[in-house]
Amino acid sequence: MLIFELSSEGRSATAQFEEAVPVTDIPSAHLRSESPGLPEVSELQVVRHFTNLSKKNFSIDGQFYPLGSCTMKYNPRGAHRAASLPGFLNRHPLAPEQNSQGFLACMYELQEYLKDVTGMQAVSLTPMAGAQGEFAGVAMIRAYHEHRKDTDRTEILIPSAAHGTNPATAVMCGYKVREVGVTRDGDVDIDELKSAVGPQTAGLMMTNPSTCGVFERRIQEIAKVVHDVGGLLYYDGANLNAILGKVKPGDMGFDVLHMNLHKTFATPHGGGGPGSGPVGVGEKLMPFVPTPVVGKDGDDYRWIDQSELPLSIGHLSAFMGNAGILLRAYAYARLLGNQGMHRVGEYATLNANYMAKQLTQAGFRLAYPERRATHEFIVTLADEARDLGVTAMDFAKRLLDYGFHAPTTYFPLLVPECLLIEPTETETREEIDGFVEAMVEILNEARETPDLLKQAPHTMPVKRLDDVKAARDLDLTYSPEFLDNN
Amino acid sequence: MAEFPDNLHYLDSHEWARVEDDGTVTVGISDHAQESLGDVVFVEMPELNSEVSAKNEAGVVESVKAASDIYAPVSGTVSAVNEQLEEAPEIVNDSPYDDGWFFNITPSNLDEISSLLTASEYQKVCEEEDH
Amino acid sequence: MPFVPHTVDDERFMLESIEVSSIESLFDEIPPDLRNGQLKETPAGISEMTMLRLMSERAAQDDVALSFLGAGAYEHHIPSAVWDITARGEFLTAYTPYQAEASQGTLQLIYEFQTMMSRLTALDVANASVYDGATALAEAILMAVRANKKSKSKRILCAGTIHPRYLAVCRSIVSNQQIEIEVIPYAEEIGTLGSTVLASYEDKDFAGLVVPYPNFFGGLEDIDHLTDWAHQEGMLVIGVANPMALALLKAPGDWGEDGADIAVGEAQPLGIPVASGGPYLGYMCCRKSIVRQMPGRIIGRTVDLDGKEGFALTLQAREQHIRRAKATSNICTNQGLLVTAASIYLSLLGDRGLAAVASRSHNNITSLIGKVSSIPGVTVRFAGPVFHEVVFQVPTTAGDVLQKMSAEGVLGGYDLGQIDPELSDCVLTNTTETKTEADLQRFAVVLEQVLKEC
Repeated sequence: MLIFELSSEGRSATAQFEEAVPVTDIPSAHLRSESPGLPEVSELQVVRHFTNLSKKNFSIDGQFYPLGSCTMKYNPRGAHRAASLPGFLNRHPLAPEQNSQGFLACMYELQEYLKDVTGMQAVSLTPMAGAQGEFAGVAMIRAYHEHRKDTDRTEILIPSAAHGTNPATAVMCGYKVREVGVTRDGDVDIDELKSAVGPQTAGLMMTNPSTCGVFERRIQEIAKVVHDVGGLLYYDGANLNAILGKVKPGDMGFDVLHMNLHKTFATPHGGGGPGSGPVGVGEKLMPFVPTPVVGKDGDDYRWIDQSELPLSIGHLSAFMGNAGILLRAYAYARLLGNQGMHRVGEYATLNANYMAKQLTQAGFRLAYPERRATHEFIVTLADEARDLGVTAMDFAKRLLDYGFHAPTTYFPLLVPECLLIEPTETETREEIDGFVEAMVEILNEARETPDLLKQAPHTMPVKRLDDVKAARDLDLTYSPEFLDNN
Repeated sequence: MAEFPDNLHYLDSHEWARVEDDGTVTVGISDHAQESLGDVVFVEMPELNSEVSAKNEAGVVESVKAASDIYAPVSGTVSAVNEQLEEAPEIVNDSPYDDGWFFNITPSNLDEISSLLTASEYQKVCEEEDH
Repeated sequence: MPFVPHTVDDERFMLESIEVSSIESLFDEIPPDLRNGQLKETPAGISEMTMLRLMSERAAQDDVALSFLGAGAYEHHIPSAVWDITARGEFLTAYTPYQAEASQGTLQLIYEFQTMMSRLTALDVANASVYDGATALAEAILMAVRANKKSKSKRILCAGTIHPRYLAVCRSIVSNQQIEIEVIPYAEEIGTLGSTVLASYEDKDFAGLVVPYPNFFGGLEDIDHLTDWAHQEGMLVIGVANPMALALLKAPGDWGEDGADIAVGEAQPLGIPVASGGPYLGYMCCRKSIVRQMPGRIIGRTVDLDGKEGFALTLQAREQHIRRAKATSNICTNQGLLVTAASIYLSLLGDRGLAAVASRSHNNITSLIGKVSSIPGVTVRFAGPVFHEVVFQVPTTAGDVLQKMSAEGVLGGYDLGQIDPELSDCVLTNTTETKTEADLQRFAVVLEQVLKEC
């Protein structure tokens, strides 16, 4: 039932507003002639409708959610509570600095912690998601080259296993994308990289550990190859959880990075957002960071804007970014402290390696069996697809019936029939064992009753949806006629 | 098993070209291409009367999970587009070589057609891709 | 160890199972000289109790009694149910709804949101959100350049009354693709474009025209005339509208003869706290004919294997995870949770409630103008109707006045001298329905008092 189908003319949640007053001083040419057609429902109807909708979702709070590359770890309620304190919620973004010292103190300290944990020289908190952090990073690379009048650099190099945002970002920044291959054991093909770099190279974007779930062992050599031709190195922080408190991207030779606080710093994903994608830079890119950043004079915190950073790539949001997410990340960092942060990478890695081992022993095949798993790993179901006719998608859908959210499927594209699995450090051994047991059960079903997988899921609010119809007969807004005609 | 009609010319990017009696060239995507794309949900055509050049992008074909550029096999002017595909993109799956044609080009240099692949050469390309 | 559940026995058992002696050996593929994650600036961990104490103290420090700040972020009443339900773990801690069968709650909710936004703007379709109003405009500009098939131009025309920060953000984002934004200066007396300045922009081949509504100064542009003129010139029209205002004011889809082609803006007024500037909610709506040029996630209604109604991501071939370098945008994560809040807000308010809030917000500014106009030396800077925000001219520098007012516990508005030295004696002041007669009176009293001291 859609909220519009609950609507009854004249009904409303009357406690939520005082009646309209006549508007007499706006010319009629500016006035709306027809009401928009929002739902007309009671407050209880609204509460019940959306509560019931929420029950149709999987979530970290409800289910184990081992989505590779997404770091679905526990989102501490305390961090949510802290960010929801009235003083933070009521603070207007343009409030004067003297009325903002509490907020600015949190932001300044968060900048310091993020510098510390990444080995970077400066941090700007303003990008509102990973993709915007990527944009900021590549725009800074561009600004750096242009400032040096080094304007013939037209290409960004990207490993073929990269997340789709990397090439899309490079293009948004006006660059051409050149892909570099990946070897059979998941490393960047250095020979191919060497032949790809040149005076046209603006930079290289990469994730480490890579999207193949392995650590790029020759990262220092890669950095040298790129730096030797005058290019810069961009670190996509999607997988930072794997090495948090263990390895700093700055030490690997990266010049610029973004972090996904909604992954590594445990802020909630919210059903698709909001995120937060602060950027960190080394010495070379410090003049170019996006504004505003928070500075400190004596005991006073203040905004630093373009007047003091004239080479900045500028503003990326109407105000200062996703402040509420930054406050949650700050609270999380305080709860963990330095010791807690060291343990993030360690136990995320322990959980992934344990799970990979259990699955291998149960007869599943790893995509990179010779390699150590990082915080995630890839299982390939190519054999099962060939021998039993069941796909990675079938496994994923059947897992839902067992009460587990599916791992990431069909990414990275270069591994056939893959499941990219990331348990995170916040899951217990028992939960991991339960997932492995479900996988074993499903493998048995695949042999004995494959239709059970192909028709899965069976216990969700809907069965598999007709994606083709969704795309061919576009129905993007509600009208009562749609289903009657189909 | 995909079909590879002998009377057509192919690009390794999976378009086919047919020289019509009036000297124009009709373009579509191969049976192999429609199979690997899956259910086609949308086709973006070049503008009528626009110029296209050989081996450059002239349109896009989309399935639910993929999108591929369509490359023009020869240079020239777009003299017709298959408007039926706008409403019924599934024709590309049902009839890739006949009703599922994309557009028609009045070529500026028909000799370009000789640089395209023959049916057997193209079939080899597809077999290699599948391995 | 916060949030790491392993017991000593667990750890031993797991390491034995992996056949390694220590956790450190799991990092043996990483060159040893890189394994130095020492943290020097990060303090030791604290308990939730201590953390909440610290943050409560800091939050309390910033709690100011009475604010008339607007300028793109507006303090409306937020019904209690909005965040009680939005903060349910099933919404808060869900991922992007890629597994449709396990995400019908989020998917149906976004579909309902798309419907509400498309009805508010009177345009055919909406997406599932972008980051904020400013980036929504940047995306709309990129979209207009792609979608305008009549024009090969990479130039966009923009009203000079756009929020200055929106313009700055757009320039940061689109300039790398060699897209230029040319600004039409506004008429100084009225704070809108007026209708006489357009002739010099004719026959110049722009891909689109950006029209804010209400504009940055709270004023109302001549939307019908601008829309028709831009269409005549072969441009697409991008309306940047406050969705709260649209309860009262003409929807972009109804502007001029044919309506605007794209509407974008900041949906923060719909149930989202001002909260230091984010997370907010950028919305985008457009005509159906150009939906394939729209960036971001879009939800469609379809059926499942049994023919039962269901919801799924659709038109995904536009997006970065499929189209990579040729995607319409790099956007991936959006503002899903804020979509939840806004959908609940709009459902609670309905047509009647939203119109009530809009009318009361407007009426309060009218009332405030009345109270303030009796103060010697204070005038309304621009003639013409406004929605819920107005520019007051004061007889001294605005910065001084505002600082003195804030010392009295009133944030009187935004100092326009910060964006234009010519306006350094001007304050942009907003009222919403939350302001009482006493609040308005207090503003006037405090303003009059500090002016006497100046």
